[in-house]
Amino acid sequence: MLFTSYNFILFLIAVFALYYIIPGKYQWILLLAASFVFYSFSGWDNVAYITVTIIVTYLGAVRIGKLYRQQEEWLKENREKLSREEKKAFRERIKSRQKKCLVFCLLFDLGILAVLKYTNFVISNINSTARLFNAGEISFLDIALPLGISFYTFQAVGYLVDVYRGKYPPEENLGKFALFVSFFPQLVQGPISRFDDLGKQLYEGHDFDAKNVSLGIQRILWGFFKKLVIADRIMPVVRTITQDPDTYQGVFVLVGMVFYAVQLYADFTGGIDITIGIAEVLGIRLKENFERPFFSKSTAEYWRRWHITMGTWFRDYVFYPVSISNAMMKISKFSREKFGEKTGKKVPVYLSTVIVWFATGIWHGASWNFVVWGLLNCLVIIVSQELEPFYAWFHNRFNVRGKFLFKLFQVGRTFLLMSAIRILDVYRNVPVTFRMYASVFTKWNLKELFGGALLELGLSRADYFVLLFGIIIMITVSLVQRTGSVREKMYARHEAIRYAAYAGLFIAIIVFGAYGIGYDSNQFIYNQF
Amino acid sequence: MEALIKILEELHPDVDFRNEKALIDDKILDSFDIISLITEINEEYGVRIPVDEIVPENFNSAEAIYKLIQKLQDEE
Amino acid sequence: MVKKAIKITITIMITAALLILLQNLLMPKYMTEILEGALISEYYREENKDHDVIFIGDCEVYENFSPITLWQEYGITSFIRGSAQQLIWQSYYLLEETLMYEKPKIVVFNVLSMKYDTPQKEAYNRMALDGMPLSVPKLKSIKASMMEDEKFITYIFPILRYHSRWSELSAEDFKYLFRKDKVTHNGYLMRVDVKPVTSIPQPKKLANYRFSDICYEYLDRMTRLCRENGIELVLIKAPTLYPHWYDEWDKQIEEYAAENGLLYINFLEYTDEIGIDYQTDTYDAGLHLNLSGAEKLTRYFGKILAEQFDLPDRRNDEGLSRIWAAKAERYALEMERQYAELEELGYLKAFNTRRDEDE
Repeated sequence: MLFTSYNFILFLIAVFALYYIIPGKYQWILLLAASFVFYSFSGWDNVAYITVTIIVTYLGAVRIGKLYRQQEEWLKENREKLSREEKKAFRERIKSRQKKCLVFCLLFDLGILAVLKYTNFVISNINSTARLFNAGEISFLDIALPLGISFYTFQAVGYLVDVYRGKYPPEENLGKFALFVSFFPQLVQGPISRFDDLGKQLYEGHDFDAKNVSLGIQRILWGFFKKLVIADRIMPVVRTITQDPDTYQGVFVLVGMVFYAVQLYADFTGGIDITIGIAEVLGIRLKENFERPFFSKSTAEYWRRWHITMGTWFRDYVFYPVSISNAMMKISKFSREKFGEKTGKKVPVYLSTVIVWFATGIWHGASWNFVVWGLLNCLVIIVSQELEPFYAWFHNRFNVRGKFLFKLFQVGRTFLLMSAIRILDVYRNVPVTFRMYASVFTKWNLKELFGGALLELGLSRADYFVLLFGIIIMITVSLVQRTGSVREKMYARHEAIRYAAYAGLFIAIIVFGAYGIGYDSNQFIYNQF
Repeated sequence: MEALIKILEELHPDVDFRNEKALIDDKILDSFDIISLITEINEEYGVRIPVDEIVPENFNSAEAIYKLIQKLQDEE
Repeated sequence: MVKKAIKITITIMITAALLILLQNLLMPKYMTEILEGALISEYYREENKDHDVIFIGDCEVYENFSPITLWQEYGITSFIRGSAQQLIWQSYYLLEETLMYEKPKIVVFNVLSMKYDTPQKEAYNRMALDGMPLSVPKLKSIKASMMEDEKFITYIFPILRYHSRWSELSAEDFKYLFRKDKVTHNGYLMRVDVKPVTSIPQPKKLANYRFSDICYEYLDRMTRLCRENGIELVLIKAPTLYPHWYDEWDKQIEEYAAENGLLYINFLEYTDEIGIDYQTDTYDAGLHLNLSGAEKLTRYFGKILAEQFDLPDRRNDEGLSRIWAAKAERYALEMERQYAELEELGYLKAFNTRRDEDE
């Protein structure tokens, strides 16, 4: 079910109503059932995949937890009798068994993800190579990716690794664990939650709190506004520009970049608002996934404010383990001897960064576009690290640090840079994208833009007004949000104002939303008739 | 402790590590710094800081980091 | 606590009122263009729903019969419940719904729609359905009519379908926000313009001439409904030259009518008796009759109705006479207005948009 569909809205109303009718201790069961229903809309084979991941991860974690308990008991019994070395050896034996369990489950969970997501990508690359040698082709597998597999797999894997690291004991109840993995609001696009944060919230009963429910619904409305009024409205423009790159070069590439930035922002953050809003209505607090990312002054900062839970997941489960692993320590030693202290120290950091960004890229999508996207982000981050001495010199020489105009420059620069890299999402392939980058400089055609071209991209003048208005509202909300929750501030205001704002939002969504037959068809029924 | 301060100062010469108590919370150290730190600590003190110890409580001040190092040394 | 409940209720009511207002604003009015969209809703504004004859069907009923002529010549009251490309299940449910308001003696159904067994066009669905107030037959008709990409809820709350018109609102939308004008004459949409028949395209051979089961099913239901209510069902085929009415189709209806004891008239066979001149009596080269043709056809059909079904001449009823005199006056005025406009512009403004062939 799409978030922005009538079916989903009816589904939500039903879930909310039932949730507060039934006693608190059964609420988690309702959520599990709801998640199951939600997921089944995307097909029964998909349900099979997630179930398998749930069961295997559950069993793996339970086993690792059991080994921990065995370890504790054994050590308690034999505390006096054994030497330090013997205790250490015992712990290591247990650890090794736990590791085997962990590795098996990881291979299984990530393996499912890898096979379903990347097989066709691998095949297409093999075919490209084979074509060079006229050596025939492998046919593609006819698989559809199960809904949210990239997200729920990561959430399950994170849980398993945490249990392995002894962070918390495993969840003994299979149903409760299943809910953690399949919790329907966050299934489609996150946020990626941690078990110690989300688990207890899911399982404890929640009393009806009018304020929470109200704030949650407001947030859901805000998400719908961003998705339907802004993101879906921009979609045709981005599609027009990126699906016909030969026609739309030069300045149009910039137009596409900016429009796509706004579209993706509105769509992604809107979806997350709906997700977090739903959880809020249910009395559950999910972690924020965005923090006004377009106000970032550097790429590094951007990635701390955009898709936050993905960033922290990769940091805790890929970046840290890789960068302080034995292998990396050895490389560190080696490169320090080979390249000297200063350069040598950087090698493990940068190498780990490249690995993480490669993984991040490929996690986003099974194509070279995303690999290059990841590596470009990595490049920018590394280059700005290397430019630190230059920046230091610059700020010593020119006293601009902290000044408003300079901050504006930093924000603008980061926005443009991120927007440029981001369009790898939407152009057909990497060579086309780079051709478009080049055309910005070689085929500059600003005049074309003012010759009315903007009105031929799929939006009418009226649409642009709505967009402008919507963007202004978004920016205003973000500016206000810097000093605290906007909804809390609204809550403190007079009822009439609150009513006007939220009723206005609701009506704006219904009237100005880019949805439905009337919007899809290029001509109204007048002309159809 | 002195060796630790030296390592920290090499990362960020302009920070007063003896008195700072919010190295992580105030974003003075980022994840790059953390792993450089961990690598250096491994070199200097011979301890391996495991990933699950990379939490704000352990890294918010030089004292906290040093306490962590000592704890790991005890467990060796 | 009670205060809060009251506040919430008021909030909901205000919001609902706003949305209803916006919905009325955003729905197309069909007052100056595409008048066909206004047809269905006019029936409900009739104060005196007392009709001897109800016509149902597609444009071949609402363009080819004049209830005013039927009254003036035979004293028979009638109403045409037609809409553009009305599909047979829409006709059936429309009939079912009409019977909630009155019980006519005769129902006349144009059988061209037997050729359509699947939903055709979203626009026509809307014109057939939006004008109906909420009722069980309407809900069933919606379900039977929806195309693949249509959503049921957009028929309950049409603002969800028409909201995109916000950028196309015109003066018409504001003028007719709270009330609509009448565009028909008891369901007849008047056209005085003339476009003679020049050539008729050769009919294509079909692979299969048998009407599909679902159409027969609805025809059966219509037959049953009329029989149960003591209503005479009359099947007709209007004398329009296009879309082509195949002999194989004609035969099927003849057989059906015979089996079920219904009167079936294929007016195409009687164009001479009716006196139809395809050079002067059609406004679109043979797809529909104009005013002149409609009145001729009505005169001919009215005689059959009066004689075969013993319909009384009600012109002596004072109340009815008054009502219908007013209607006749409006009819005459419209005729004058249209002739004048035709004289001045050479065409009729309200109908000057491009249209499809099948209506």
